[in-house]
Amino acid sequence: MRVTLHIQKFNPEIDSKPYEEPYRLDIGRGTTVLEALMRLKNETDGTLTFRYACRSAICGSCAMEINGTEKLACMTQIRPELERHGEVRVGPLKNLPLIKDLVVAMQPFWEKIQSIRPWLDPLPHEQVDPIAMRNAYKAFNNVEACIMCGACVAACTVYEVSKSFIGPAALAKAYRFVADPREAAVPERLQRLQGDGGIWDCTRCNYCVEVCPKDVKPMEAITLLRRASIQSGLTQTLGSRHITSFVDIIRHEGRLNEGLMPMKVIGFRIKDFLRILPLGIKMFLKGKVPFPFRLKPAIPGIKEVRALFKARDEQRKGPM
Amino acid sequence: MKYALYTGCAAKGACPELYQSTMHVTKRLGIEVVEMLNAACCGAGVITEADPDLALAINARTFAQAEALGLNIMTICGTCQGVMGMANYRLKTEEGLLDRINALLAPEGVKYNGRVEVKHLLWIIVGDIGIDALQRYVTRPLENLRIAPFYGCYILRPSKVLGFDDPENPVSLEKLISALSAHPVDYEGRTKCCGFPLVLEKEPIAIGMVGANLKEAKDELADALVTPCPLCHMNLDIYQERAEKKIGEKLALPILHLPQLIGLAMGFTPKELGLSRHLVSTKKVVEKIQLKV
Ligand code: SF4
Ligand code: SF4
Ligand code: SF4
Ligand code: SF4
Ligand code: FES
Repeated sequence: MRVTLHIQKFNPEIDSKPYEEPYRLDIGRGTTVLEALMRLKNETDGTLTFRYACRSAICGSCAMEINGTEKLACMTQIRPELERHGEVRVGPLKNLPLIKDLVVAMQPFWEKIQSIRPWLDPLPHEQVDPIAMRNAYKAFNNVEACIMCGACVAACTVYEVSKSFIGPAALAKAYRFVADPREAAVPERLQRLQGDGGIWDCTRCNYCVEVCPKDVKPMEAITLLRRASIQSGLTQTLGSRHITSFVDIIRHEGRLNEGLMPMKVIGFRIKDFLRILPLGIKMFLKGKVPFPFRLKPAIPGIKEVRALFKARDEQRKGPM
Repeated sequence: MKYALYTGCAAKGACPELYQSTMHVTKRLGIEVVEMLNAACCGAGVITEADPDLALAINARTFAQAEALGLNIMTICGTCQGVMGMANYRLKTEEGLLDRINALLAPEGVKYNGRVEVKHLLWIIVGDIGIDALQRYVTRPLENLRIAPFYGCYILRPSKVLGFDDPENPVSLEKLISALSAHPVDYEGRTKCCGFPLVLEKEPIAIGMVGANLKEAKDELADALVTPCPLCHMNLDIYQERAEKKIGEKLALPILHLPQLIGLAMGFTPKELGLSRHLVSTKKVVEKIQLKV
C-alpha cells in the first residue's frame, strides 16, 4: 500500500520556522510510524531527525505528535491512523523546545521530575509496616509503569499555558513516593506540592490519562495526592477549599449553590473577594447568580442525601 | 422517546438559559422528559477527590430514581455526562462495587440494579434521532454562520468510559452544526479544556486557557462558539473579557449552549432561548441570521 506521510521538518541552521513535507512510501499491514521514519531516513532523506531506541514501547524516546495526538511512534501503526484520520501527519511533541525535525529538548521535563525528589527518604527498616509493604504495589496505582516519554506533558492543557506547572508525569512520580510505605518524609512531600505549580494547578482535563501509552493515569495520581493532602490537614489552599466547600454545600443542600460557593472558597481573603466581585455583579444583573441564602435551598430528598454523607462519615470515622 | 432529565446544577443556577432552551428543543423534537427534581448534584468530579465512595453513592441514588421510572437518563451538561458516565461504568464493571454502594443506600430503602444508561442530549440527537431527522426540523437554516465547536473535556475523555466520539477526532458537533446549515470551524482548541475548574483558585491559568482556545477559533473567523457543557459556557462567556485583557486582543465571541444553536435553527426567538442572558453579547449572531433581538 502506497501512502503519504506529512512530516514536520525544521533545521534551526537553515529554516526560520517549521514546515511540513510530504514523503511517499510503500507500507505493509502492520508498519509502524517509527519503521516508516527509519526507512525514509535510510532510503529517501538522510537528514530526517527523530529519537528512538528500543522500538518496543519501553525506552520512552519516540513520543511524538501523530495526527494531533501524542503517541509512541513505535507503538502506532500507520493503517489504523489512516482509517481514523484519513491522513498521517507527524510532528514533534508540543510544549517542549524544538531542536530539529521531530526532536524536542527533554530538559524541562527532567527538571520537573527532579524537582519532586524522585528518590526515597527511607524509614528505618524496623519501622516499615510489613503488611502495607505487601500491598504497596497496588497502592502505586500503576504509576511505576511510567517510561518517561513526555507524551502527557506535551498534551497537558495547563502546562501549555503555565510552564511553572510541575505537570502530570512528575506529579504521578511524586505520588509514587507518597504511597510508598518505606517513605519517611510524606508530610514534607505533600507540603511541597501545595504551592503554585503544584497539585492544585491541574484542571482535571483527563488529557494525560487519555494519551499515556502505559496507562499511568497521572490525573488519578494527582487526585490521590489531593485527597492525601486534605486528609493530612492541608486544607488552606484555595484548591482544597474548593473541594471542602463543594462537599459541604452538597451535604446541606443536595445541589450546588453558585451564589454561596465562591464566598465559601474565598472566605475572608479580601483581595480574592474583590477579584470576583465585579463578575458577580455582572452575572447578577443577567439573572445568573442565585441568591446565596435562599429560603428553601435544598432538594426535596435532602434527608436521603444527608444520610449518605453521615453513613460515609461513620465509615471514614469523622467528617471530611 | 422518553428520558429522565438530569438538568445538573448549572442549568438550574447560573445558566437558566440552558434549561429554557433545552425544554423548547426537546419538545419540538418529540423527546418527552421527566425532570429529576429530587436528584442531587453529580459531584462534578470534586466530591470524588474527597471521598470516591460518597460520590458513587450520590450518583447511584440518582440512577436508582431513573431505574424506578423505567427510564434512561438524559444529561445536558458535559461534565455531568463525564462524571455520571464514569460512576455508572464503575458501578457496572467493578466487582463488588455495586453491592458496597448499595449497602450505603439501603437504610433509605434505595437500591440501584445497574440497568440505567446515561446519555448526553448531543448523543441522543446525533446517535438516536439522527442527523437526517434533525434536518427536517430546521426552519431557519443558519447558512452564513461559522460556528466553532467546543467539546470540553468530560464528554470526550476518558474515551474508554464514554465511547461516543473519537477523542482524537470527534465529529458529533460538526455533524450537528452542518445539519443546521451552518459551517463548522476547524481549530485545535475544540477538544481542549476551558479551565473552569481552576477559575476560582488559579484565575490566571484559567483565563489563559480561555484566551488561547477562543483566539484560535477567532483566527478561523468563527462567528460564535457552541458547547455541550454549561461549565465551559460559564468560563468562556463570563471570563472572556478578562481573557481579552490577558491576550491583548478583542474577542467578542458569543458562546452558545448546544440547544440554543439548535433552537435558533428551529425558529425559536432569541428571547425564548435566553440569548440575552450571556455576558458576551449575542447580537452579532442574531443579526447575521436576520432576526431582531
Ligand atoms: S488532567 Fe491535569 S495534569 Fe493531566 S493533562 Fe489535564 S491538567 Fe494536565
Ligand atoms: S505518565 Fe505516561 S505519558 Fe506521561 S511520561 Fe509517563 S508513560 Fe509517558
Ligand atoms: S456537573 Fe456541575 S452542574 Fe452538572 S450536576 Fe454536576 S455539579 Fe452540578
Ligand atoms: S472544558 Fe472546562 S468546563 Fe468544560 S468539561 Fe473541561 S473542564 Fe469542564
Ligand atoms: S522506541 Fe522506545 S518507546 Fe518507542
